[in-house]
Amino acid sequence: MTELSQIRNFSIIAHIDHGKSTLADRLIQFTGGLTDREMSEQVLDNMDIERERGITIKAQTVRLSYTAKDGVTYELNLMDTPGHVDFAYEVSRSLAACEGALLVVDAAQGVEAQTLANVYQSIEHDHEIVPVINKIDLPAAEPEKVRAEIEDIIGIDASEAVLASAKSGIGIAEVLEAVVQKIPAPKGDREAPLKAMLVDSWYDPYLGVVILVRVIDGVIKKGLQVKFMQGGTQHLIDRVGCFTPKRIELPELGPGEIGFITAQIKEVEQAKVGDTITTVKGGATEALPGYKEVQPVVFCGLFPVDAADFEKLRESIGKLRLNDASFSFEMESSAALGFGFRCGFLGLLHLEIIQERLTREYDLDLITTAPSVVYRIQLRASKTEDAQEIFLHNPADYPDPSRIETIEEPWIKATIYTPDEYLGSILKLCQDRRGIQTDLTYVGGRAQVSYELPLNEVVFDFYDRLKSISRGYASFDYEQIGMREGDLVKMGIMVNGDPVDALSMIVHRSVAEERGRHMCERLKDLIPRHLFKIPIQAAIGGKVIARETISAMRKDVTAKCYGGDITRKKKLLEKQKKGKAKMREYGNVSIPQEAFIAALRMGEE
Amino acid sequence: MARALYIHWPFCLAKCPYCDFNSHVRDRIDVEIWRKSLHCDLRHEAELASGERLESIFFGGGTPSLMAPELVSTLLEEAERLWGFAPGIEITLEANPSSVEASKFKDLAAAGVNRVSLGLQSLDDDALRFLGRLHDSSEGLSALSTAQNAFSRVTFDLIYALPGQTPEQWQRMLERALSFGTSHLSLYQLTIEPGTRFATMVRQGNFTPLDDDAAADLFTLTREITAAAGLPAYEISNHARPREESRHNLTYWRYGDYVGIGPGAHGRRGGKATVRHKKPENWLSAIESQGHGIAEERVLGLNEQASEALLMGLRLAEGIDLQALSARFGIAPDALVDQARLNFYSAQGLVKKQGPRIIVTEAGMPLLDALLGELVPADLVTA
Ligand SMILES: Nc1nc2c(ncn2[C@@H]2O[C@H](COP(=O)(O)OP(=O)(O)O)[C@@H](O)[C@H]2O)c(=O)[nH]1
Ligand SMILES: [Mg+2]
Repeated sequence: MTELSQIRNFSIIAHIDHGKSTLADRLIQFTGGLTDREMSEQVLDNMDIERERGITIKAQTVRLSYTAKDGVTYELNLMDTPGHVDFAYEVSRSLAACEGALLVVDAAQGVEAQTLANVYQSIEHDHEIVPVINKIDLPAAEPEKVRAEIEDIIGIDASEAVLASAKSGIGIAEVLEAVVQKIPAPKGDREAPLKAMLVDSWYDPYLGVVILVRVIDGVIKKGLQVKFMQGGTQHLIDRVGCFTPKRIELPELGPGEIGFITAQIKEVEQAKVGDTITTVKGGATEALPGYKEVQPVVFCGLFPVDAADFEKLRESIGKLRLNDASFSFEMESSAALGFGFRCGFLGLLHLEIIQERLTREYDLDLITTAPSVVYRIQLRASKTEDAQEIFLHNPADYPDPSRIETIEEPWIKATIYTPDEYLGSILKLCQDRRGIQTDLTYVGGRAQVSYELPLNEVVFDFYDRLKSISRGYASFDYEQIGMREGDLVKMGIMVNGDPVDALSMIVHRSVAEERGRHMCERLKDLIPRHLFKIPIQAAIGGKVIARETISAMRKDVTAKCYGGDITRKKKLLEKQKKGKAKMREYGNVSIPQEAFIAALRMGEE
Repeated sequence: MARALYIHWPFCLAKCPYCDFNSHVRDRIDVEIWRKSLHCDLRHEAELASGERLESIFFGGGTPSLMAPELVSTLLEEAERLWGFAPGIEITLEANPSSVEASKFKDLAAAGVNRVSLGLQSLDDDALRFLGRLHDSSEGLSALSTAQNAFSRVTFDLIYALPGQTPEQWQRMLERALSFGTSHLSLYQLTIEPGTRFATMVRQGNFTPLDDDAAADLFTLTREITAAAGLPAYEISNHARPREESRHNLTYWRYGDYVGIGPGAHGRRGGKATVRHKKPENWLSAIESQGHGIAEERVLGLNEQASEALLMGLRLAEGIDLQALSARFGIAPDALVDQARLNFYSAQGLVKKQGPRIIVTEAGMPLLDALLGELVPADLVTA
């Protein structure tokens, strides 16, 4: 256990590519956490997807041991947190576990929108912010200009900002010294009943569920019988330790410390982020503030391309779920797609990550249906049924419209930070998505705008669109603000007269026609020509609101075919058949799998 | 067993930019070695034959008209000695319409060739240049008339659907072609085959192939004009007066057995597929070392044979006899052709059922490849 005064807990916040991961690597290297030989690029992002996309999905901590100029050896806990709105709750818990943050700003790029979003969150958690102006080795670096920007735009003192180059190892000692000098030591009471916050948890095949904790008061040690105050379960702690980034076991974790515990837990579901861990005997009576039950907000169907893969999909989803309790799944069957699962996610990125992991790590070909939010519907009584309230997240389950009294949809309050040159297009985007502007302020060349938006307008591709129209500079954050009634209808898509259930969606009547037209145009490009012409229609109830026609193929024939050519011809046929196996048939029309996914990206107009 | 013999002569004076056949350009060819080797390849197949006489022989290439008439003659003598000839045997040779080659026609006829297939390719000098041909139209036409004097049956090839070709241009050329009075015509749409010079040129944007819609129109026009002239299409690209069809090629399309010798030649022998070494030098050394040019001999499963029979047979105007195929391969008719799709595409007018036969219609023919993909069940193809 370390004295409170010798502990520093901090996170690193930065706009993407400003050098967060590189700096973290340097700090680990400098303090001797890993030898040069053990260092692989970007130690902390350890999932393939994290490395490729340059995003962090799971919170990670590293404990560094640093002997400062004052001769004291400090325990520094560096926390890397996910940086995406889908994981806003996880981020808030990670930040709550720290007392300060390093604000990394690229010396050539300056303050950018994401920097702002992240720094404000950090300030909300009362963090001491230590500015680090990185990449000073670049010829285009303008550290003084950036220093002024930090002061003007963010409003924090940057006179003592550390000038660094994570890449060339300049200023690393100064960064560590600033952490020790500027970031306050945690507070806590060793004698008080145990209170530890569950920061994150994941499944490890050898250890079972590993729980990342921040001890607030008391001491956590091996052999202790603890209870999870929100989850209501009890467990026997069998391992306590930290990462350096190598996993090291410790006798105990005291107040202010961050580390991990294991307790023979089999499912991450039992270890909910934000829960309070206390002792069974003489434990705390009051849980830590800020706990939230996370609910999936976006749903979609996942179906195996090859129906024979259903069992494999079931198993794989089960395994992923062991490590990620924030998504839900239940079996679903679709006329067109066969058996699959209806899954719920924290957001679109979360959806994509799960989908990508299933494809990549479990080698499954999947069809993903249109994402949907959860609607609340009041049904009138009918001759045979009572009036009732239902929750709907699958357009396929849309009830008989004549029974619908009201439909409500979830709304969010979105806060967007953007350089003001992109403001016009962003306002238009929000307007097109039925947004209601509630606030607009300017802060030195930047704008902060708040909108109330229906979540179903956001789940499609709002984030992608926002990034693309602002060239990545706008950042976006949201919170849910409850359900509101809306004039919502189910729009169906028919291909060659047959409804394609996987493409149906619930939309607001005011945008239905435009969405329908867009969808038909998209499908026209995505479905290859067939031997006959194919009408594509969008309809509400029986009423067609948009249509396109794919004209029939005119020519597909091998001109020359004699004895020797058979092999070639046969290969062609085999290839054709293989291609077909990757498609779905709707009334004699083969729709390529990509068409489902691509059609639903309402994107690039 | 096989009553059809194919002999491949792999050499050309120059490689045509559209051609993806097994052809090679060599400065010198040792005729004696080639004679011995082809004889050797022939004998190997004859030993495995079951005593039936040959009904057709086809010299293809490459450019077999570059062969010395004496070589053709000894090969025919050897084939007759080994197999015997059925009465009225059809012996076809592919010829280049150059004056040099035309001067050999008499000798080739004397050697036994009784049908010649001339590679005119076009009647237009610009088109011939585009196609990289060494002859011009007047040389081609005089070769045609020499051929018509020397052989009882003459056919020639034209390539159409060239970039920018209009229906009017093609109609004029085709009507002129019909006026020469041959009883058979092969009319091919230009297709850009992978690995050819044209494929490179298209990739580099040197020219754009005629689009599918325009090509489809020309295809229909071709069938209307030839039918009206009494030479209807009996196969996708082949047109003939009744009973003037190429008997040799009908063997392929009706999925009969055939012997194929020479570099790169394919054969079907009692449920086995044979493929000979493609490269002339490799084929020669295979003959030297193993006494035949076979690179691969593979037993074809019944499913595979059935799929081959379908994709060849449906090219013919006569279509396929489903019951006969079913009996031949021991596969139920529904397993040979997807019945639901057959009905669906019959209703679309792309195929029709006629007694035991399934026939691709005029509207279906230009779509045959796609149609095969629909009609032939997947488990026949990927067995
Ligand atoms: N020139 C220079 N490049 C740097 C420096 N720090 C990071 N980089 C580069 O900037 C890119 C993004 O760095 P990374 O640490 O992944 O940024 P992150 O997205 O904030 O984690 C990488 O190509 C790094 O090599 C620096 O100090 N100088
Ligand atoms: Mg990174």
